[in-house]
Amino acid sequence: MRVPGYWRNMPFLYRLAGWKCVHCGAFHNYKPVVCKRCRSREFAQIELPASGRLIAYTTVRSPPKEFAQVAPYAIGLIELDDGTRIISQLTDFREDELRDGARVEAVFRRIRVNGDQGIIEYGYKFRPALRRS
Amino acid sequence: MVKLGDVAIHGYGGYIPRYRIKAEEIGRIWGQDKSGFPVTEKTVAGIDEDAATMAVEAARTALRRAGIDPRKIGAIYVGSESKPYAVKPTGTIVAEAIGATPTKLAADLEFACKAGSEAIAIIAGLVRSGQIEYGLAIGADAAQGRPGDALEYTAASGAAAFIIGKPDHGAVAEIEAWSGYATDTPDFWRRPSDKYPMHTARFTGEPAYFKHIIGAVKSLLENDGYSLSEIDYFVFHQPNVKFPLAVAKYLKVGQEKVSPGLIANLVGNTYSACSLLGLVNVLDQAQPGQRILLASYGSGAGSDAFVIRVLDGILEKRDLAPRLAELIEDKIYVDYSTYLKLRDEILMR
Repeated sequence: MRVPGYWRNMPFLYRLAGWKCVHCGAFHNYKPVVCKRCRSREFAQIELPASGRLIAYTTVRSPPKEFAQVAPYAIGLIELDDGTRIISQLTDFREDELRDGARVEAVFRRIRVNGDQGIIEYGYKFRPALRRS
Repeated sequence: MVKLGDVAIHGYGGYIPRYRIKAEEIGRIWGQDKSGFPVTEKTVAGIDEDAATMAVEAARTALRRAGIDPRKIGAIYVGSESKPYAVKPTGTIVAEAIGATPTKLAADLEFACKAGSEAIAIIAGLVRSGQIEYGLAIGADAAQGRPGDALEYTAASGAAAFIIGKPDHGAVAEIEAWSGYATDTPDFWRRPSDKYPMHTARFTGEPAYFKHIIGAVKSLLENDGYSLSEIDYFVFHQPNVKFPLAVAKYLKVGQEKVSPGLIANLVGNTYSACSLLGLVNVLDQAQPGQRILLASYGSGAGSDAFVIRVLDGILEKRDLAPRLAELIEDKIYVDYSTYLKLRDEILMR
């Protein structure tokens, strides 16, 4: 169980909220001391767009023990509508919907359940967009 | 009966999972005939969904329609009988996920299938008294039904959320009046350590469901002077298709006033979200000036009845988010084996 780490990361896990470098635009899910890309020390608080398009994905069939119950599951590389790229589990899809460029949207899901007594970790996953424009 | 007034719904949202199982697929496993099922199909929560995740999805939809700053929400009450934690509020998870923290009040309510409507009554009181500007009332459940039990055909998953505040420009509906009716009636219960509820079969009808719903509705209609002709839509708790139609027949309400809010046949019984999702479906199609009578039911037992008048704001806010009908149509059917996996019924050692 990693309760403090989960708690610190909640704004990003729950709302895709984080910090954007005002000089180069790099996104950080924690407030950094210096920008990972340009070493700037100036940041703005933002929420990333909750929709984008699927660039690529892979299916995990031999999962870590903690994800055994949900296997097989898909992990996707997603380009959000502002151009930011993130990795996310995919959910609620039919295999034929996972094509290059497919519109996807963020949903709030259980990410990890730490046994019968531990914390339930929630966060974002992406699914095929309901309105597939 | 309590005349409310001065309280309005500013945003509403319904959520149902994408997965469905047909009643005849459940019947196939348990050797039941293909006819006479209480519903045609029901929603099934994904393996990564629970009452909290569905509450968040419904709340986000309500927030999109309300268009308010989430930090103005002063109270979040979540009604559920399948809360993911025995101790730790679902309301704070919702608050964090929609950017409403720090909120003033957050708690989980339990009254079988009517805890969501109870949340509406409490939030309405807080708004009316001026203690909060806006409040969020949610009914959410990943309902439990013991494999092989009659409840398995209907116990479904979903959530409905309502952002409530004072009536002003943009409000979608005014809550005009409310009435409650509750007694100690042991028709359905679940002990703390049990995974599935127990119920008393036919006893759940006459002395439980019908007595309480009709009690609450009659109180609202007779004491407050509403006539049936003034109500354009009736939404009753819908554990199946038959019960709400029987209430309508008793009250001499035409089926055309009940059908828009009767979604159980394709959704199932979403417990705390059940009647509230019916209300969502009606708000998705009602016109300004029309009145809706909502009557929830919770075993144990009680009913909350509301008269809700649709306002002009519905026209601009309705299509800021997908309508419930779009979610009902967007589905992936699963077989019984997959259903067991999604509902975490497979024991992993």
